[in-house]
Amino acid sequence: MRRGAAVRGAGWLWLAPALLAAALLFGTAVGETRIPLSTVVAVLASKTGLTAAVPDSVDASVIWHYRLSRATVAACGGASLALSGLVLQALLRNALAEPYLLGISAGASTGAVAVAVAGFGAGVISMSAGAFAGALVAFGLVAILARAARGTGVQTTGIIILAGIAGSQMFNATTALIIAQSASAEQARGIMFWLLGNLSGVRWPDIRLALPVALLGLGVALWHVRTLDAFTFGADSAAALGIDVRRARVVLIGTAALATAVVVSIAGAIGFVGLVVPHAMRFLVGVRHARLVPATALAGAVFLVLSDVVSRIVIPGQVLPIGVITALVGAPAFAVVMVRGRRR
Amino acid sequence: MSDTPLLELVGATRTVQGRDLVSDVNLCLHEGEMLGIIGPNGSGKSTLLSMMAGLLPPSRGEIRLAGQPMARLRRQQIARRLAMVSQSADTGDRISVRDAVELGRTPWLGPLRPWSARDDEAVEAALLAVGMDRMAARDWSTLSGGERQRVHIARAHAQAPQILLLDEPTNHLDIHHQFAILDLVSQLPVTTVIALHDMHHALRCDRVMVMQSGRCVALGAPLDILTPALIRRIFAVDARLIAHPADGLPLFAFQRLA
Repeated sequence: MRRGAAVRGAGWLWLAPALLAAALLFGTAVGETRIPLSTVVAVLASKTGLTAAVPDSVDASVIWHYRLSRATVAACGGASLALSGLVLQALLRNALAEPYLLGISAGASTGAVAVAVAGFGAGVISMSAGAFAGALVAFGLVAILARAARGTGVQTTGIIILAGIAGSQMFNATTALIIAQSASAEQARGIMFWLLGNLSGVRWPDIRLALPVALLGLGVALWHVRTLDAFTFGADSAAALGIDVRRARVVLIGTAALATAVVVSIAGAIGFVGLVVPHAMRFLVGVRHARLVPATALAGAVFLVLSDVVSRIVIPGQVLPIGVITALVGAPAFAVVMVRGRRR
Repeated sequence: MSDTPLLELVGATRTVQGRDLVSDVNLCLHEGEMLGIIGPNGSGKSTLLSMMAGLLPPSRGEIRLAGQPMARLRRQQIARRLAMVSQSADTGDRISVRDAVELGRTPWLGPLRPWSARDDEAVEAALLAVGMDRMAARDWSTLSGGERQRVHIARAHAQAPQILLLDEPTNHLDIHHQFAILDLVSQLPVTTVIALHDMHHALRCDRVMVMQSGRCVALGAPLDILTPALIRRIFAVDARLIAHPADGLPLFAFQRLA
């Protein structure tokens, strides 16, 4: 008997936890200081209560407080960003849609910086709230701009990306203005580094926000797999198939904005994850969202953990912003998607 | 309940920026009929179909589906009764024919109502009905215009609706495929509303509604409605209705701009 899309090809899913664990272990094992894998495993086992506690050492501290927390946040952030890109591509019917390219990340940065500088407290929660507000404002502006520009001769696919670029530039300028106006030199340097996308400051408390939001994003996307599929032939077609389009847009784009905002408030604007990962996964598992959503979440998590590892080891003695690595992979991928879309 | 019309329009009007795209249309759809909508470009055919599908709310008037005002129905309830094949719905996604047809089951599924054998049956039946069963694995991008139109109709069929709305389904198709689509549609056991351009196609309908500037100017059996006088008035073309020399079937002879 044939199986429906929801069931078909779900067999590989048991691999997901194993792959994710392997990526996290890799992210924890590799770093500037060489620590033998056996030590890494021993520390992890004792910290998670699998074996008796071992006395704290510098290595244990590096592994647990620095590397594992960082890898875990990278995994959550990667899943969040990749799912945001997937959801935006499905709802906007635009292969190039992605939170960074649509200016959502820039808006979130402005919101987070405004909150941090204005002194509402630089805690993760308040910065995330500012980032969420900024992300929603940015998406709203870009959507209005794209709508107003309809019928000006630029192709629909291009319009929203152009609107996103305009939005990004404006929000980045606003961020720079806020920093120049109100931040001290010390604050400014920290903020600028963080803006490029950086996981250096990540510690365990960040996970309290990153993990629930990543799981929320995954849950919402899984709940809506058929809704996302229904947009295949556009919004009108989705409505004709019984989808409440306005509700779907509010819930799904709202969740994407929230997920992006939380990642930005923790690690800055990391670009292209939402573009590279969903397209790679479409190539591997096809376009039906029942498979695409879990595959994208997993691959996004693994991709950002690996990007983080590369950012730490590619230049000895120096940590690159992770956004540099994702852009080095992502910008060429953007070009490929754009050119392939054109040939159709 | 059998006297409740499947779909009923009462003074349905759609106004955009002060202009009536559809104006005061009254219509009762009879069960099992095939209703053709015909009219010049921009006469409001597509807008009217979108309103019938519940995609555009009327600015004034009311549209009732099985006696209930459409505005109060949930989208999913509407989609279980009514399917729409709009003009040139296309996608850049690499989906297969079967994927596209499976989308038709969307209103019958939900997060807590998974895909079942019944859905497989509906998809198989729909593929078979349009003759695409052997091409189920084909990629959407490799299909011709006629094949795509057939897949859209199969998707609507899989939706198991009582009413099927089609917006100029024969557009851009060669004469063979035009006939194939119309034959297919008239064989489907549903009530059909179909927007058309070709008057010969309109002759195949049970009833025809003629639209001009958003208004319904005539409604009735095709041969009663599509008179040379009406064609001259609506399309500004001189036409004669003649009997085919071989079998006596009615035939339009279009002569010149009026």
